[in-house]
Amino acid sequence: MSDVNAEISAVDHITNDQALLQIKDLHVWYELKRFGFGHAGYVRAVDNVRFVLEQGEAIACVGESGCGKSSLMKTILGLNIPTKGDVIFDNTSLSQTKGEDLRRYRSKIGYIQQDPFGALPPFMNVQSILEEPMIINGIKDKQERRRRIEKILEEVKLTPIEQVLPKFPHMLSGGQQQRVVIARAMIMEPKLLVADEPVSMLDASVRVEILRLLRKLQEEHHLAVLYITHDLSTVRYFSEYIFVMYAGQIVEFARMEDLLDNPKHPYTLALLEASSDPNADNALVQREIPKGEPPSLVNPPKGCRFHPRCPYMMEGICDVLEPPNIEVTPKHLVACWLYDEEKGHAI
Amino acid sequence: MKGILSGLRQLRQYPTAIIGLIVIVILMIVAIVTPIVLPYNQAVKMWRGGEAVWRYYPRNASPAWTNWFRSTDLAGTVIIDSAKGDVEPVIEPISADTREARFSFEFDFPYDTFPPEIILFSSAAYKDKQPFVELTWITPDGREIRAGEFSSGASTSVRFDQDTRLQRRLERETGIKGISVIKGLFDDPNKEGVQVLQGTYRLDATALLFEPESSLDLAFVSYGKVYGIAGTDHQRRDLTIALLWGTPIAMAFGLLAALLTTFTTMGIAAFGVWIGGWVDAVIQRITEVNSIIPLLPILIMVGTLYSRSVWLMLGLVILLSIFGLGIKNYRAIFLQVKESPYIDAARAYGASDMRIIFRYLIPRILPLVIPAIVILVPSYVFLEASLAVLGLGDPFVPTWGKLINDANTQGALFSGYYYWILQPAALLMIAGLAFAMVGFALDRVFNPRLREL
Ligand SMILES: Nc1ncnc2c1ncn2[C@@H]1O[C@H](COP(=O)(O)OP(=O)(O)O)[C@@H](O)[C@H]1O
Ligand SMILES: [Mg+2]
Repeated sequence: MSDVNAEISAVDHITNDQALLQIKDLHVWYELKRFGFGHAGYVRAVDNVRFVLEQGEAIACVGESGCGKSSLMKTILGLNIPTKGDVIFDNTSLSQTKGEDLRRYRSKIGYIQQDPFGALPPFMNVQSILEEPMIINGIKDKQERRRRIEKILEEVKLTPIEQVLPKFPHMLSGGQQQRVVIARAMIMEPKLLVADEPVSMLDASVRVEILRLLRKLQEEHHLAVLYITHDLSTVRYFSEYIFVMYAGQIVEFARMEDLLDNPKHPYTLALLEASSDPNADNALVQREIPKGEPPSLVNPPKGCRFHPRCPYMMEGICDVLEPPNIEVTPKHLVACWLYDEEKGHAI
Repeated sequence: MKGILSGLRQLRQYPTAIIGLIVIVILMIVAIVTPIVLPYNQAVKMWRGGEAVWRYYPRNASPAWTNWFRSTDLAGTVIIDSAKGDVEPVIEPISADTREARFSFEFDFPYDTFPPEIILFSSAAYKDKQPFVELTWITPDGREIRAGEFSSGASTSVRFDQDTRLQRRLERETGIKGISVIKGLFDDPNKEGVQVLQGTYRLDATALLFEPESSLDLAFVSYGKVYGIAGTDHQRRDLTIALLWGTPIAMAFGLLAALLTTFTTMGIAAFGVWIGGWVDAVIQRITEVNSIIPLLPILIMVGTLYSRSVWLMLGLVILLSIFGLGIKNYRAIFLQVKESPYIDAARAYGASDMRIIFRYLIPRILPLVIPAIVILVPSYVFLEASLAVLGLGDPFVPTWGKLINDANTQGALFSGYYYWILQPAALLMIAGLAFAMVGFALDRVFNPRLREL
């Protein structure tokens, strides 16, 4: 691995000591227990991931279900403890932060979840839901809380406010629920927003609206946004950069247009073929992801983790050695032996 | 909270729940009003007072309303006490020192059976010379019978029954040999045999007070076989007191035990689930050990060896139920709730562990718990009664269970004093049913899947 590190440190979107969010060689492993106590290995949900995110920038993370996207995001939020490596957000190192400081760290990142109904406590009305983060983070002044609630509900277009505030989550539509979730994520005026598949559980008709809203908030507040999705069709609305995750690792990293127009990794190619447009009528068309099962994260395949499913697999190389990160064009990195100058051959 | 209120509103659809609620409200009102009208200390003092407090009351009298169901009405109880102002004596001076005080005890006697006993209680204040009293019995048909005379001490009771001269006089009057005094006084001379003459009777007591400072109070009591709303027990005590005071005790015991055990159990389960690790494991093990410790034998042991205070029992019940098997149920639910995305969200905006437990975990399962609490109340009410029936009732406080226990040890059922057991038993059952009906309806409202069953 160390040879790879040297290579990529040259690229500013992989490491940058000034950036708002820095993910440094992050490993998130879940311990598997046998009979509740014996050790039985690890689920390597995030395995040696690194990237940075600047203030005001959006980055998308794409991958199949179970590839570790949520684990990565929960670690950034400070909900998981990094097994190895570190997350540095706003000059705070997550691995050094504990107790009260950890709670403060968490409250500075906005969190938008996948299932808006599940993300809202069913026994609180909108007013309580929006007040909770402020009460917890010591905004004691009622007027100030009221002012913030009015402002943010205006921004997420949940009006008239007086009608929305007393409502309970089940009285709202899916789109409205997600707007409440977004409002709650924004109410502490965070610098970073983490959105975990924010539209995947919504009706196709409201997906674009919600994505536009997120984009608008990002631009107006100069937010850093990490947008996670398993659906490539929704990323175009969003981000400058995008990376593709497979089995806990980043396999390709590029500017958005670069990756969508010029995909390099065989897995990215397969994902793009399978994707659909979010506002098209074919939202119901089943998306075919490459044949075969995603690999086990407990015993990942040797060499390249994609090789058992890869149509271009080179025997003796891909199934033996882990691929390096190769910068095929400027700021376009791919972890695939096909692009190696000696061993590879272009597709 | 709004959800809970709207759930309560839905209760209207269940007539049983409405009946139950009305009963609970009535019980609550009784439970609140009783201690105000008759404070705890006073009630305890009265209940333990014995004959001194209760001497005007009949022994083992049924409730007065039982006469409605009888073809021959049992004698009612008549208490006329000049000390309470029931009668005012007419006082006339006779000489410089001597006064005459005339008491006139008049009462209706519409019953079919003779009273078991008649006593005139007399209490006088004097220096050297005791006041002298002469008695005349006037029947509804206007016959006047000399009913004896006595000198009143500080506390004298005149038992008509034991006056042999009066007895002989009445034998002559009625023409029946060997008639007892009481039967003679109430007998209808125009009817065959011994039968009650119904109507208005009067006992005139003419007292001579020989000293200017002396005074006299007389209380006439015709003991009945029925008394009051609830009847009396073997110690002449009015059962109303125990029935009334049993209500706050039962409600307090049932509600406090149900609320405190449920909420502590739920809190502990939530705490264990949220903190996890060894804390959870320890809680689990304590629960398992505690579940094989039997509650009732421990209560009996403490009751026999240490103290039978109802409040100590309440504390013990709560203590031993805190780590009840309920923890396992709540734990199973909390393990699910813990995985909800909204809990992750709360952690993400910095909620502390305690806030998550109390603001996010517990409120989620309140709808499940509220019916459970209501259904739990009667089981604790019955537990207190069971303890009392087993002879482990609080020695001071009158409760429903203790009435049943008293009745049982006095052989009430063998002697036909059904009211003594049936009244507290009925109250226990009514209270239990009311809470059960409301609880089951609440369960249907809050846990709608039950509705289909
Ligand atoms: N708390 C956990 N304990 C053990 N394994 C977990 C845990 N959370 C997630 N995993 C596993 O980690 C892998 C990655 O999950 P996740 O990060 O949720 O992926 P994604 O969000 O991309 O679907 C999955 O195999 C999942 O089963
Ligand atoms: Mg996920």
